[in-house]
Amino acid sequence: MIDWVAFTPVTAVAGGALIGLAAALFILLSGRVAGISGIVGGLLRSSGGDTAWRVAFIGGLLAAPTLYGIVRVLPNAIIAASTPMLIGAGLLVGIGTRYGSGCTSGHGVCGVARLSPRSLIATLLFMATGFLTVFCLRHVIGA
Amino acid sequence: MQIIIALLCGLIFGFGLLLSGLANPAKVVSFLDLAGAWDPSLALVMVGAIAVAALPFALAKKRKYSLLGAPMRLPSARAIDRRLVVGSLLFGVGWGLAGICPGPALVLLGMGNTNGAIFVVSMLFGMAVFEVLESRRAMMHPQ
Repeated sequence: MIDWVAFTPVTAVAGGALIGLAAALFILLSGRVAGISGIVGGLLRSSGGDTAWRVAFIGGLLAAPTLYGIVRVLPNAIIAASTPMLIGAGLLVGIGTRYGSGCTSGHGVCGVARLSPRSLIATLLFMATGFLTVFCLRHVIGA
Repeated sequence: MQIIIALLCGLIFGFGLLLSGLANPAKVVSFLDLAGAWDPSLALVMVGAIAVAALPFALAKKRKYSLLGAPMRLPSARAIDRRLVVGSLLFGVGWGLAGICPGPALVLLGMGNTNGAIFVVSMLFGMAVFEVLESRRAMMHPQ
């Protein structure tokens, strides 16, 4: 059943458009894909090299809430997961995105936008296990 | 110049995550909870992002260099292999457990959110584990 009260179509599309704009500017000006897991993971590679732009991009993400807070009220950030669950989730996201060569941004936005079959498959797969995991947590274990 | 662009794109990306609701893990989990009170907002985030990014990526595919003369680095991998499949499946489980993917994780850290910080540290650890396994694989199977 759709939760119409929680549904925020305008800010969702507008926020999505900003994400798309950032990805578009990055590929057109820098020639790089704005995939967050790849940008972060590349820093942990011993044969790195291009550290500066990665740190700059991450710096932008880290600074975003502070600057956003000047103009608009920061949204709530409610995390229901317990600490052990958060640690497990972080580990899975870290290993999974690196093995799968991408996350929601690299595959889900940039990859789907350029119609990459690999990214379409990856997006379908992580959405599927995402749905399944929440189903198990909320309706099987938590039922 | 590349550093300024990366910083700016990271910032815009972060604003998009905040405005769209992706930076609130509870909202992400509501989107993944198809069987509960479903909040479809995040589907519209994808729509907005892809609508804006599709044409720029189509243009990028046709170019060898970015508008500023940097080499165009679009992913060249084509194979839908076990790594892509298993990695994406694992990522989805982690995403469902906490409602956090790599971009929002960094924004949460930027908000000074302790749980966000725990997630980021775990994610970095997971990514580091991947790098260790990869370098071991490279040593056992030199090309």
